[in-house]
Amino acid sequence: MAHAPAADRRRERTTHPGWFLLPALVVLAVFFVVPTVFNFVYAFTDWSSFTSEINAVGFDNFTALAESGTLFSSLRITLVYAVLVAIFQNVFGLALAVLLERDTALNRIARAAFFIPVLMSALAVGYIFQALLKPDGALNDVLGFVAGRDVATPWLGDTTWTIVVVALIHAWKWMGLSMLIYLAGLKTMPEDVLEAARMDGAPAWKAFWTIRFPLLAPAVTFSVATALLGSMNGFDIVQATTEGGPARTTEILNIFIYRTFGQGLFAQATTMSLVLFLMVALLAFPVIRMLRRREEVL
Amino acid sequence: MSGATLRRRPLRERSAWSRLQPLVTVVLVTVLVGIPMWLVVMTAGKSQGEALSPNLAPPTDWQLWENLREVWERGRIPSAFAGSLLVMVPAVAGVLVLGSMAAWVLARRTGRAYAVLYAAAISGIVLPPAVVTIVLLLRQLGLAGTAAGMIGVYAGIYLSTVIFFVTGFVRTIPLELEEAARVDGAGPVKVFVRIILPLLRPVLATATILICLYVWNDVFYAFFVLGGRLDTLPLNLFQVASAGLYLNNWHLIFMYVVLMSLPLLIVFVVAQRKIISGITSGAVK
Repeated sequence: MAHAPAADRRRERTTHPGWFLLPALVVLAVFFVVPTVFNFVYAFTDWSSFTSEINAVGFDNFTALAESGTLFSSLRITLVYAVLVAIFQNVFGLALAVLLERDTALNRIARAAFFIPVLMSALAVGYIFQALLKPDGALNDVLGFVAGRDVATPWLGDTTWTIVVVALIHAWKWMGLSMLIYLAGLKTMPEDVLEAARMDGAPAWKAFWTIRFPLLAPAVTFSVATALLGSMNGFDIVQATTEGGPARTTEILNIFIYRTFGQGLFAQATTMSLVLFLMVALLAFPVIRMLRRREEVL
Repeated sequence: MSGATLRRRPLRERSAWSRLQPLVTVVLVTVLVGIPMWLVVMTAGKSQGEALSPNLAPPTDWQLWENLREVWERGRIPSAFAGSLLVMVPAVAGVLVLGSMAAWVLARRTGRAYAVLYAAAISGIVLPPAVVTIVLLLRQLGLAGTAAGMIGVYAGIYLSTVIFFVTGFVRTIPLELEEAARVDGAGPVKVFVRIILPLLRPVLATATILICLYVWNDVFYAFFVLGGRLDTLPLNLFQVASAGLYLNNWHLIFMYVVLMSLPLLIVFVVAQRKIISGITSGAVK
């Protein structure tokens, strides 16, 4: 660059004026930042549908939620759910991408088929699986046919394992998107590296894990981060399959927020909304840094 | 490079796998996608009695038309469809225009303030929106339960995604293209509209697909913002199903699922190749 940085910057002001940012920033400020700031205010009040007055109550909402055990159980369930979804969705997505990597006609159709759940409403997906997994549903019918006796497993009624089942459903819905992300990564690998792997004569599976998989790192980062943070903010699939049950063992934070809001307990709902915000923000800092680094590389 | 040449392996291993792969693919597609879709379509064609306990058997007597008519009225499909469109079209268009404008300047300006602004602008990709207090704010603005309020909320949620994708894309566009136009006397608005916007087409296409998908299928934010005062397709499905599960109206629920999924499915079938290649190139860019 021939110009001094200061002169460059002055020129930028006329060629790329800051007011182009204004409309987007106004929308972000009004519809995103202000409600978030409100979150920090109203979590410390007794705002509800029962009284018209709103008074400050300090940390009462937090202590009440902590004492009833809801705060920590919801946090734990949300984290477990998010981690399970991230693992399942990415394992399935990667497996599908490797399976369907070659550009044959059959593989193209299969890729499109696995993308159909991504297009569908999560609520609809939840209802489909509720019907499939009922004690007298289709899955138990099939299992009973294979086993030769009646099977009535309550897939969505187990206090320990139902969260895993619901996470699997969530992963099923989004695995097509992860598949596409991994396919993109597999298809943009440098030719010379692959050539070296082939000359090496190593078994195919070994060559995959030692040479091709490390090259997928940016795709893994992106897909894992979006799956993890997306499922923390999940709602539809859990609502449509279990509504948080049985015995509230699948009640992730957004289900709690939805339920308490419906009961008119706005301050409690706001408090949990703030908890969700803080949890994601804490986890998001490293994630955003990774996303930005990925972007600087390209 | 085609995948075939990349997978040159010891001959025996390769031929065994290449014979097995199509079989595995067909089985997986049938079991993982085929069975759930089959269940939906079969149940949507059954009578209430037959659908009481949904199974994979085809209906003894197809009732597609009767079920369609019943859902059409009970689920208020026409007004829900109109409501969904009324919210989605302006939200997506607004997010794309405002997001591209911001992304162009954020990608080109070098000052430290702009780096901070960029980080702040994309933080919404991961940070969850404050759903409860949004309701309070919209009430104060007189926008609660209105399409305008819903459009604003979606715009606030998805602007970050657009800004992130488009900023990355703008940085790959050579500055010389802009310079050439400026030499001819074009101002910033003209440069943006004539030079930048047309080049953004691929990334905007990808963003359109993803955001349409999210908005069309959203029920969580719509529940808080609209609160039953405006029909959208997912909200009405939620309503039909909440009443329907109680009454065990699986045939109506699945007929609704079919109707609601059809528009996106049709768009997908028509533009399938473009959509898949658009998303894959967007993800690695």
